[in-house]
Amino acid sequence: MRVVEKRQLLSAEEIGRTLQRLAHEIVEKSGGTKDLALIGVRRRGVPLSQRLAAIIRTSSSVNVPVGTLDITLYRDDLSTVAHQPVVQSNEIEFLVDDRDIVLVDDVLYTGRTVRAAMNGLFDLGRPRRIRLCVLIDRGHRELPVEATFIGSTVQTSDTEIVEVRLQEIDGEERVMLVDRVS
Amino acid sequence: MLQRLEHLLGIENLTREQITFILDQSKPFQEFQRHPLKKLATLRGKTVALAFFEPSTRTRISFATAAARLGADTMNLQAESSSLKKGESLLDTVRTLEAMRPDGIVIRHSSSGAPHFVAERLEVPVLNAGDGTHEHPTQALLDALTIRDRKGKLEGWNVTILGDILHSRVARSDIQLLGKFGTRITLCGPAMWVPRELESLAPNIHRETRIERALDDADVIIVLRVQTERMHEPALAAEEFILGYQLTAERLRLARPEALVLHPGPMIRGLEIDPVVADGTQSGVLEQVTNGLAVRMALLYHLVGGAPVDAPHPAKERSNAAD
Repeated sequence: MRVVEKRQLLSAEEIGRTLQRLAHEIVEKSGGTKDLALIGVRRRGVPLSQRLAAIIRTSSSVNVPVGTLDITLYRDDLSTVAHQPVVQSNEIEFLVDDRDIVLVDDVLYTGRTVRAAMNGLFDLGRPRRIRLCVLIDRGHRELPVEATFIGSTVQTSDTEIVEVRLQEIDGEERVMLVDRVS
Repeated sequence: MLQRLEHLLGIENLTREQITFILDQSKPFQEFQRHPLKKLATLRGKTVALAFFEPSTRTRISFATAAARLGADTMNLQAESSSLKKGESLLDTVRTLEAMRPDGIVIRHSSSGAPHFVAERLEVPVLNAGDGTHEHPTQALLDALTIRDRKGKLEGWNVTILGDILHSRVARSDIQLLGKFGTRITLCGPAMWVPRELESLAPNIHRETRIERALDDADVIIVLRVQTERMHEPALAAEEFILGYQLTAERLRLARPEALVLHPGPMIRGLEIDPVVADGTQSGVLEQVTNGLAVRMALLYHLVGGAPVDAPHPAKERSNAAD
């Protein structure tokens, strides 16, 4: 499969500004930061959640706990793939019970990742509330899942792919819309 | 790229990379054992057959629990109730099991090579839970995981294996595994239990009959159970063995200060190990049990999970032949 880049959705600068806005929204709509915790979904939700926490630390002088969730064991397509994907560890150093949790991911698409992430969270305890924060909402939901905090909403066709590149993982910083050509 | 594992028959044919991969994949499952809710749906709808042709409590419970925590169902076949007692052949028994369409078979058998025999003839993944005096691969993997956790790495240690090595499949798998990681292995026990041919199992291995010399500079000590059930005659009086080879607190002091003590269980306190050592801070015995669950979950996840191998159903095959 060949892919071609169609257009850039966000520049590095725009990603930075979007995260600033999202961090402010999270604090504002949470009625304070008490019990608040961010959990990044592997892989690209992880640096995003850490950056949001850093922004909140600077602007509100509070340390919001940050964790990492691996959803591999909760995927709903495992019985259809020939090779089982590699499992990674969760890194959540706080109890999720009674927490006000914001799940952070890069792209919201079918909603299946979020479903898996919620199942994973429930195995760790009973959060008081779970909300979702994504950098890009590209539509095409297959489950009744919506995000509370959205960086940017993008109209896409289902052959298109939203590619998020982050400095920490990809060594570059931008969001692109690419298309599959056969 | 890691060569895909279809079965887990022994450590002998695994590469160092495959072993490292299994140990790395056990890590998230170690963490999982601390979850308040220990039930996944990852292998929901899969069935694991536990075919234990030889009595086992610990390994069977460990595999059954690992399967349950992944959401798989288990079918149990145990030596005491098995049709083997009625004279059925191993192949007929496992073919019957296969006809019930399990997604994996865990097998323990008193004959060395039984899991290989089964794996060659069935389409389902086979996991060896101990075959005769040959191998016990999941035990070696959980030992390696415990060593890596407690000592920070697996490579480069002096490992002493103590006791009845001749009858021990655990020792053979441990030697195979540690040998691949450049470990210096010392085998120590009464001369008749430490035959010379064991030296060919790994590159850096030697035998020692004096326990004091075997413990000198040891970083890890693996104490084995004295396997009376595999001996045809009592070769050695218990008192003699205790005197010569029991790991006592005093003897443990001859090893390196942070030396780790492992035992595959079941332990016979007061025979091969002093209770003070078994319960001491240097003992990793209980971690071994928890790590066993993690290793077996990782293996079941990778071997039994995924799209079903399209095994020809025996009945269907026959009807096709009739057409």
